[in-house]
Amino acid sequence: MRRASAIIGIGQTEFAKDIGRPERTIALEAIRAALEDAGVAPTEVDGLVRFNMETTSEVEIARNLGIPNLRFFAEVGYGGGAGCAVVGLAAMAIVTGRARVVVCWRARNRGSGGRPWAGTGMRVGGDYQWSAPFGLVRPVDQIAMLARRHMHEYGTTSEHLGSVAVAFRGHAARNPQALLRTPISLEDHQASRMVAEPLRKLDCCLETDGAVALVVTSAERARDARGRPALILAASQGTGPEHVVMTAYHAARPLETPSTWAARDLFAAAGVSPSDVAVAQFYDAFTPLVLMSLEEYGFCKRGEAGPFSQAGSLAWPDGELPCNTSGGGLSEAYVHGMNLVAEGVRQIRGGSTSQVAEAELCLVTSGAGVPTSSLLLARA
Amino acid sequence: MSAALRPLPLPDLDTAPFWTAAARGELSMQSCAVCRGLRFPPRPMCPRCGSLESFWKPVSGRGTVWSYVVCHPPLLPAFADRTPYPLVLGGPGEGPALRKGGGISECPSDRLRSGLPVQVWFEDAGEGVWLPQWRPLEPATAISGP
Repeated sequence: MRRASAIIGIGQTEFAKDIGRPERTIALEAIRAALEDAGVAPTEVDGLVRFNMETTSEVEIARNLGIPNLRFFAEVGYGGGAGCAVVGLAAMAIVTGRARVVVCWRARNRGSGGRPWAGTGMRVGGDYQWSAPFGLVRPVDQIAMLARRHMHEYGTTSEHLGSVAVAFRGHAARNPQALLRTPISLEDHQASRMVAEPLRKLDCCLETDGAVALVVTSAERARDARGRPALILAASQGTGPEHVVMTAYHAARPLETPSTWAARDLFAAAGVSPSDVAVAQFYDAFTPLVLMSLEEYGFCKRGEAGPFSQAGSLAWPDGELPCNTSGGGLSEAYVHGMNLVAEGVRQIRGGSTSQVAEAELCLVTSGAGVPTSSLLLARA
Repeated sequence: MSAALRPLPLPDLDTAPFWTAAARGELSMQSCAVCRGLRFPPRPMCPRCGSLESFWKPVSGRGTVWSYVVCHPPLLPAFADRTPYPLVLGGPGEGPALRKGGGISECPSDRLRSGLPVQVWFEDAGEGVWLPQWRPLEPATAISGP
C-alpha cells in the first residue's frame, strides 16, 4: 500500500455559518472543484466513498456529475471518525484494482442545520440510555469527562487547553478561507464562558456549513495529474476493547481512546516514527482531543502534551510540530475533519498559508472518542 | 425540573433488567453465567468466554468518582432550569467496567473531585423510571472527646 495511491485533487466550498444552499448542492460544488484541481473529467470517476452520516447518496452524486459507470461505492461510519477512513478505503479500492479514480467528500450544514443533540428524543435507546437521561447529552459534555480525568491523572490545565486554541487561531488568521481570523490570547480563552467545565467556549470547534472533496487515484495515474500529488504512505482505522461511541468510559483505561490503536497500525504500516513527521492535522472538535492525540500518536509521553503545547510547539512557524495549519476545526471550519485532510494535502504540495518548510510527511487524524482513522501523506 | 421533558431510557431485551432493578432501588449488573465476569453496558454475549447465558447480580452501589463535568447552557430544556449541574462518572467498586454516569447531589462544588467516595441512590424520573444517581459516601463520623 505504501505510496501506491495519492490524493490528486482537493476542492471545497466557502465556509459559512449559513451557506444558503442544500448539502447536496455544496457536495457537488466541492467535488467539481476537486476534479478541476486534479485535472480529471467527471466521466473518469468510477468510485465514491462517503461518510455514512452524509445525506446525499452515491447515486445522486453520480447522476449529477454524469458518472457513466460507478464500480466502487462504500461508506464509513462513526461520524468524524470517518474522515481519513474514507480516503483509506478509496486507496484500498485503487490498489486492489476495484476502481481507478475515487472521490471522497463531506458536505455538512452543521452551522445552519442545528445541533444534533438538541433533537434528543423523549426515549433514548442503545448506548445513550446510559448517559442522556442523566443530562450527559452534548459531545462537549462527553469529551469534558475525559478532559477532567486527564487533568486529574496528569495535571493538565485549562491554560494548556487554551494554548491549543491560541495556536490554531494564529494559523487561521493567515488563512483567508477560515471563518475566524482574529487572533486570540490565552487571556481571551480564560475569559470565554464555561460550556462544560472544564471546557470553555474557545475549547470548542466552530459550527459550520461547508463541503470538502478529495480525488484519490493510483500513484501511477497521479503522475499525469494537473498539480502535485500527496502520496498516501499509510492509512489506518482503529478502536480498542469495550468501546462505546463518545461515552467510552467503561474500559479499563478510558484515556486510551481509539486513536491509540489507529496510531499503532498507522506507523507500523508506514515504517516511520512520529519524529519523522514535520506537520500534523489533529481532529480538533475540542482542544483536549488535540492534547490526547499528541500523546496517543506518540509525539509526547502521556501527560506531557499540555506543557508541550503551552511551550508553543504547535504554532507555525517556529513550533516543533506545527499543527492544524489552516486553523482546524477550532478556527477554520468544522467539516467533520475533511478540511484537515485537505490542509494535509496543501502542506505536502507546498500550498498552505502556514507552510511548513520541507513538509515531507503530514499526519492527519480523524474523530477522537469514536472509532477513528488516520493518514500519513507524503511528497512524491 | 419537569421530569416529563427529560429523555428517559428506552430499554431493550438486554438492558431491561438493569432498569427493572433500578425501579426497585437496586443497582444490578449483568454477570456471565459461565465465567461469572461482570459486564457493562449489558449485551447478549460475554466478551471473555462467548457465553450467551447471563444473570443479574446486585452490586454494592458504592464506588468513587472517576471524573465529572459541570454543564452550562445551552442545554436541553429539561436540564436548562437546573444549570449549572454536575455530572459524575462513578462506579461501584466491583470494577472499572461498571463506571456509570449520574448526577451528584448533596455535594458542594468545592468537594467534588475525582476519587471522592460515592454511594448510589435512585431518583424517581417519572413514567416508572428510576435513575441511579450519586451522593458522597460520608466518611465514618469521628468520635472525639471522652
